[in-house]
Amino acid sequence: MAVLDSKVPKGPIAEKWTSYKNHIDLVNPANKRNIDVIVVGTGLAGGSAAATLAELGYNVKAFAYQDSPRRAHSIAAQGGINAAKNYQGDGDSTYRLFYDTVKGGDYRAREANVYRLAEVSANIIDQCVAQGVPFARDYGGLLDNRSFGGVLVSRTFYAKGQTGQQLLLGAYSAMNRQIGRGKIKMYNRHEMMDVVLVDGKARGIITRNLVTGEIERHSAHAVVIASGGYGNVFFLSTNAMGSNVSASWKIHKKGAFFANPCYTQIHPTCIPVSGDHQSKLTLMSESLRNDGRIWVPAKLEDAKAIREGKKKPTDLSEAERDYYLERRYPAFGNLVPRDVASRAAKERCDAGFGVNATGEAVYLDFADAIKRYGREQALIHGDHNPTAEKIDKLGKEVVKAKYGNLFQMYDKIVDENPYETPMMIYPAVHYTMGGTWVDYNLMTTIPGCYCIGEANFSDHGANRLGASALMQGLADGYFVLPYTIGDYLSKDIRTGKIPTDLPEFEEAEKSVKDQINFFVNNNGTKSVDHFHKRLGKIMWDKVGMARNAKGLTEAMAEIKALREEFWKEVKVPGAADTYNEELAKAGRVADFLELGELFAKDALVREESCGGHFREESAETEGPQEGEAKRDDVNFAFVSAWEYKGEPADAVLHKEQLEFNDIELKTRSYK
Amino acid sequence: MSGVLSSSIGRKVAMAASAFFLMFFLLQHFAINLTSIFSADVFNELSHFMGTNPAVQFALQPILIFGVVFHFVMGFVLEARNKAARSVKYVKNNGAANSTWVSRNMIYSGLAILAFIVLHFIDFWFPEINHKYIAMLPEDPNRYYGELVHKFHSPIRTGAYVAAFAFLALHLLHGFKSAFQSSGMSAKRAAKLETISKIYAIGIPVGFIIIALFHHFNQ
Amino acid sequence: MKLTLKIWRQKDANDKGQMVDYNINDVSPDMSFLEMLDVLNEQIINEGGEPVAFDHDCREGICGMCSLFINGEAHGPDRGITTCQLHMRKFKDGDTIYIEPFRAKAFPVIKDLVVDRSAFDRIQHQGGFISVNTSGNTQDANSLPISKHAADEAMDAATCIGCGACVATCKNSSAMLFVGAKVSQYALLPQGQVEAADRVRNMVAQMDAEGFGNCTNTGACEVECPKGISLDNIARMNREFFKANI
Repeated sequence: MAVLDSKVPKGPIAEKWTSYKNHIDLVNPANKRNIDVIVVGTGLAGGSAAATLAELGYNVKAFAYQDSPRRAHSIAAQGGINAAKNYQGDGDSTYRLFYDTVKGGDYRAREANVYRLAEVSANIIDQCVAQGVPFARDYGGLLDNRSFGGVLVSRTFYAKGQTGQQLLLGAYSAMNRQIGRGKIKMYNRHEMMDVVLVDGKARGIITRNLVTGEIERHSAHAVVIASGGYGNVFFLSTNAMGSNVSASWKIHKKGAFFANPCYTQIHPTCIPVSGDHQSKLTLMSESLRNDGRIWVPAKLEDAKAIREGKKKPTDLSEAERDYYLERRYPAFGNLVPRDVASRAAKERCDAGFGVNATGEAVYLDFADAIKRYGREQALIHGDHNPTAEKIDKLGKEVVKAKYGNLFQMYDKIVDENPYETPMMIYPAVHYTMGGTWVDYNLMTTIPGCYCIGEANFSDHGANRLGASALMQGLADGYFVLPYTIGDYLSKDIRTGKIPTDLPEFEEAEKSVKDQINFFVNNNGTKSVDHFHKRLGKIMWDKVGMARNAKGLTEAMAEIKALREEFWKEVKVPGAADTYNEELAKAGRVADFLELGELFAKDALVREESCGGHFREESAETEGPQEGEAKRDDVNFAFVSAWEYKGEPADAVLHKEQLEFNDIELKTRSYK
Repeated sequence: MSGVLSSSIGRKVAMAASAFFLMFFLLQHFAINLTSIFSADVFNELSHFMGTNPAVQFALQPILIFGVVFHFVMGFVLEARNKAARSVKYVKNNGAANSTWVSRNMIYSGLAILAFIVLHFIDFWFPEINHKYIAMLPEDPNRYYGELVHKFHSPIRTGAYVAAFAFLALHLLHGFKSAFQSSGMSAKRAAKLETISKIYAIGIPVGFIIIALFHHFNQ
Repeated sequence: MKLTLKIWRQKDANDKGQMVDYNINDVSPDMSFLEMLDVLNEQIINEGGEPVAFDHDCREGICGMCSLFINGEAHGPDRGITTCQLHMRKFKDGDTIYIEPFRAKAFPVIKDLVVDRSAFDRIQHQGGFISVNTSGNTQDANSLPISKHAADEAMDAATCIGCGACVATCKNSSAMLFVGAKVSQYALLPQGQVEAADRVRNMVAQMDAEGFGNCTNTGACEVECPKGISLDNIARMNREFFKANI
């Protein structure tokens, strides 16, 4: 496999990063002034990278499709950020965070990258506190922690239910300082339309000004893609409406390999779809599973009666309920990892036990938690014989203090009071572990083109643990990329400014303009959303939580056919040289229509079940693990990196074999 | 300190400072007027003092005039700036959903008060200045009460007087609290001021009105 | 539900713009307000028209991208939410709904209901930060204890999503709640003290230069703020400004 060189430094895992930093080439401060770096995307990864690169002295140009860097979708992360600080003294360490992350990812991540992530995690917290991020604190004034699914320690730092927001505003503030100094030139409402390669190196991008429609050329010595995940290929997901794959897909088409596209995290606790008009799905924090019990009716006729509105969930006695997670996974119960919880919900709903009108919802019930907390509070208040009303009242107060904002959000969306009746939840697409393939330096297979944050594939393997996305985004942007990119840029100190009148820029700009002209002049009959919704349905039905060879093969053919129809029938109103959201969406959906097929192909090739990827053919058939996902380490302990060859079906697979020297491969069991 | 008065917060604080001064002046004006109900002599005595004491006449009076003028001019300047900050108006704006009428219409209650002050100057201040400094008439320490009572003879003038103080009450209902908030008082403390604010904002104008009506009906 | 929508249409920044009437049928009470506009746009596209442009992104009330002045109120009649969280069950069959962009001179209209809020960013460039470089060896996060009370209060100020509802709803188009929230967040934390005086001076100067109006303490911003940012933050900014200048 000469094509893929992960460039992992030699030496013991705990020393790799330190020794790497000691031996790379640096750029002297005077030369940094002559070097330009483009950063596409201003979420946690892009924002922190742009700010740090500017602090170092590089000239940064940052791009966001939103009207301000502060609006990137990192802002929506609720729960928290992991860091191996061991402030709670519960035995946490760099190694343990590393171990949990590799295991949580079902042994499909690159060890060296994950170890480095765990190593810099503590620095992130220090940096954010120094920036004024108001993390939660205890009464002694020290930082508080909470625990998250899949781990045995409390290492999650948080700022109410808005950790992502606060961390992003921290990175945004660091950017603001550099924008004020003129070291970052910020381009809001700009979309990257293509990357420009000169002599095989990434040297610039073509953008569209989303307000004026102007096509612009921007040159730089390196290009950093930090454009987030591609969950919106499913149309319905917890991603923002504008989240898209286009930046990643454009570099893929120019030579960057796309790794593990099929690794998608389906989050178990989202508000179910309410109708055809649904535009996106809302996540309810994983923390709810700490106190909520998940169930469906035990009898099919009860489920039917509930769907038809003839019965209410509170009408069912304990014996008439099936707490299926507690039944199937007595050890972890309602706190099994996300992928396991999601599949279990789907299994019950597919079997006909779903509880809302669409049949795709299960209950998340807080009645027991309210009782438990109520009794506890009564005791604390010295009441040893409390009435049921008192228990109920006290219990609800505790639940309100813990989850009040989530309950309120649920109430606003569903119009039901979750204190009185169980919440309805269903899994939804949330995060994509796959992404652009990068080496240890976070460089793609295009020299000078880097990819960080959710957009790359590197750290989460086949499943991401809660509170690790924020950690990875900031680790990449604050502490990894600023080092590794210097090593590459040190060879560019004599290059001088990259001119934008090179034929490569001309050509890229022309193809961008051609596509735009095609869209606005196409005499189609169907809106962009029409195609996006159909793509989403194919993806969800056949490339969703459970996949099989037949469905995946069908999906590939259906997506291809849909893509062909799209190019004939898409209708884009309005002009090219104005604000035109339909036009912007058309470009994004065109890319999703290609990615979707590669996604299905990747899922088809991976004939094992691992993490978020569940192949029905690869399940345990006997023993205590019967029906559970079956990983195949002999044949599939590799990263699938796809090389673009025109049609997605023709993409060429390159394998990066994963070696586990510091962790023993085990079956994940939550029984 | 330079440029502070040209900043929005500086102006806001200056507005509050002049308001505090005017509210204090109003209180003492009210206290003196109130005596006219109980005793013509006390009223005459206090008025004579205020009207002839050089410190009051040549130090406090110019400050007061400056305060009044400043409060009005700054009020107009801010209003003009604030109006300009939204060049295209809303077709439908439901201001009542989130704020009180008085808080949104300070400029109108203020204008009504300005109109009254003009009247008040014509009624009292110009004759007074004329009496003392232009015509140089001899000072009669007992003339004040009679002049006061005489002014409230006309029902129209008394009516205008009453109306003006109703506007003053509206102005103060928001202005009193607002001045504290502008000068940096936290909402928690401002909430404690709520009652005092209402007592002052309604009590003082009603007091003035009672005095006016008392003299009108006691002629 | 059937609704009549009166929507502000404006081709671009230079166009004069006007209200245009639309009728929409089959609105489900479970729809969010923006989903209702999606349906309208689909209808407009199918009829060969140009869809109504409006800002939106996360659709879960945190990115601050969505705006809209609905029936005379920023983010519509419900409280504590953004437009994307407003649901159609708040309206009745047969209602007429006015939909206008956030209006302020400092927020010029880009198209239809989309406005340019970059003035907020420019204010932040003037001091909405703590000057600390990324090094990996700043002091340990726990070496600086901060009282829970101060941390919580700073957090409350920091929850501002920068949507601009405060400006839109203020009769004076004042941005003081927005600026006050940022100034407060740092003023409440020890890390923010070093640059406190410069921060408040520079941010206020930029706020004025952008053409926002002056606070007259009507309190409308606090009521309409989707995140419930308290007026206290304005008072605190006033105090900080005072301290910085005297």
